[in-house]
Amino acid sequence: MEKLSKERAEWIYKKMNDIRNFEDEVHQIFSTGSIPGFVHLYAGEEAIATGVCAHLTDKDYITSTHRGHGHCIAKGCDLDKMMAEIYGKETGLCKGKGGSMHIADIDKGMLGANGMVGGGFPIAIGAALRNKYLKTDDVAVCFFGDGAANEGTFHESINMASIWKLPVVFVNENNSYGETTPQKYASGSKRIADRASAYGIPGETIDGKDLMAVYEAAGKAIDRARKGEGPTLIECITYRNYGHFEGDEQKYKAKEGQEKDLADRDSIPEFREYAVAEKLLSAEKADQIEQTSVEDIEHAIKFAEESPIPKPESLYENVFVD
Amino acid sequence: MARRITFMKAINEGLDMAMEKDERVILLGEDIAGGAKVDHLAKQNEDAWGGVFGVTKGLMPKYGRERVIDTPISEMGYMGASVGAAATGLRPVPELMFNDFIGFCLDTILAQGSKMRYMFGGKAKIPMTIRTCHGAGASAAAQHSGSYYGILASIPGIKVVVPSNPYDAKGLLIAAIEDDNVVVFSEDKTLYGLKDEVPEEYYKVEIGKAKIKREGTDLTIVTIGKMLYVALEVAERLAKDGIEAEVIDLITVAPWDQETVINSVKKTGRLIIIDEANPHNNTATDIASVVGDQAFDYLDGPIKKVCAPNTPVPFATNLEQLYLPNADRVIETAAELIDDLKK
Repeated sequence: MEKLSKERAEWIYKKMNDIRNFEDEVHQIFSTGSIPGFVHLYAGEEAIATGVCAHLTDKDYITSTHRGHGHCIAKGCDLDKMMAEIYGKETGLCKGKGGSMHIADIDKGMLGANGMVGGGFPIAIGAALRNKYLKTDDVAVCFFGDGAANEGTFHESINMASIWKLPVVFVNENNSYGETTPQKYASGSKRIADRASAYGIPGETIDGKDLMAVYEAAGKAIDRARKGEGPTLIECITYRNYGHFEGDEQKYKAKEGQEKDLADRDSIPEFREYAVAEKLLSAEKADQIEQTSVEDIEHAIKFAEESPIPKPESLYENVFVD
Repeated sequence: MARRITFMKAINEGLDMAMEKDERVILLGEDIAGGAKVDHLAKQNEDAWGGVFGVTKGLMPKYGRERVIDTPISEMGYMGASVGAAATGLRPVPELMFNDFIGFCLDTILAQGSKMRYMFGGKAKIPMTIRTCHGAGASAAAQHSGSYYGILASIPGIKVVVPSNPYDAKGLLIAAIEDDNVVVFSEDKTLYGLKDEVPEEYYKVEIGKAKIKREGTDLTIVTIGKMLYVALEVAERLAKDGIEAEVIDLITVAPWDQETVINSVKKTGRLIIIDEANPHNNTATDIASVVGDQAFDYLDGPIKKVCAPNTPVPFATNLEQLYLPNADRVIETAAELIDDLKK
């Protein structure tokens, strides 16, 4: 695995800021009623999407979750078009027909956020099967939550990835709750990564708030996948800053103890501090990135707000390939 | 005279030719070769089964296990993997051993494969052909004998075809695999031994186009799959009484050929639809609704459906025969319309 370069550290810091600013703004705008439907925000989990996607190119595939904005941003989706999609506008990445839960950009290797919990597993192994069949060294990464770990697709897909040694990495974002239900209640195994041994693949639990921990674990797993050595399961312990969806009162969250400690940590300043200390990022550059990120998100909001709504006839378009 | 082969062989040949033509075509399913990693079979490059009915026999030895992939018994896993492989450029042909297993993998079709193109604003293409089998008459009982093509046909974004004979089976399968959409290809398991003339070359049968199998002026009978043979028998018997039935093999259940059906009803004024699926919300119901709406003024009597009863498929042979629509039941139904004709 490549050591983190200055260039990559800057990229990571920008993406982390973009995700946080994007989500904080969506949180704000949602409360005004300008965004229809449901949104599930990724704020708090930035280190995972960026630490993993830092190793990927447009030719690698990812599958995502309900909480997909962070994965989209880290995989290189256009911020303006993402915001427009969430607003339900014609200029959106999916022409306003997917919305927050279905943002996708196949050209960027982003196979979609997914409204079905656990829906991404088999799609990811299908993309990995394609990579292997075509003898490429491209990989697939399946992001999934702790809730999805209890879906049947988890079992079937990881087992198949194992027996076929598919180039796929299963990245669990364990944010402690599947909707309102604690992971410790819903899972028979304490650690989701412990299940890896049942499928004969490596698994490890890491600090998902620590960018470098994610970067290193993902780098190792992705290298392994590219070399044809098969899948890995990585469990990242993290926490979401907001509720399951916007409007969730979050009555279930603990206000003290370990959970509070996890909630209080912020991987963005943590990474900044690390990167500045390691001379991967100057303080001036970090400030500049923070400023640019704010401007980029402002631009995205303006773009979304000024964009037209979809034309009525588009209701009927793209059901089939004609 | 042209060569005669079975329905099963015609499907095998369609798969073979599609695989030969396009390397992106891969097959996935349970025991579609059989005996994976069994040394003595591997030494002889042999498959164990070639599918539970032998439909895919010989394809693994010819194309290898990279293209004819035996999966674990994991329907949602391999069906979803097929969606993922199709979205990223392959043309997978997964086999769902019996359509009754659809519950295990419906999400991958209903919520993923059929909707991706639409949800993603037209960017995705899911060229995937799901082969499966349906139909009572093999004493396979309630969990291996249902006919669920109509359930799948109600989902936007997928096409559903049900061939009735070897010629159509081969040509439709090739058309399905060449199609850039999700196509369900539903085979009646009791037709596998049926022989008919099938050209040796690569050819396509158009999806979405019904075929008039017998022309008539007094009554239209629309059929799905093997119900064609019930209708042809009925037409023979009615002809002895001077009644000329027009028999239409629907072939495609979604999108079904409204033009051919409606034009026929405009000519005959009477319609019976024979559908082996359970009667509520099935394809026959949809056809009746559309014809009632579009050709009401041409109808000389009520539209009639002859379907399976609203029960699971029973095991005992006598009950299973009673379950299936047959010529006597259709003749009784026709009599109601024909009495009217004689007045």
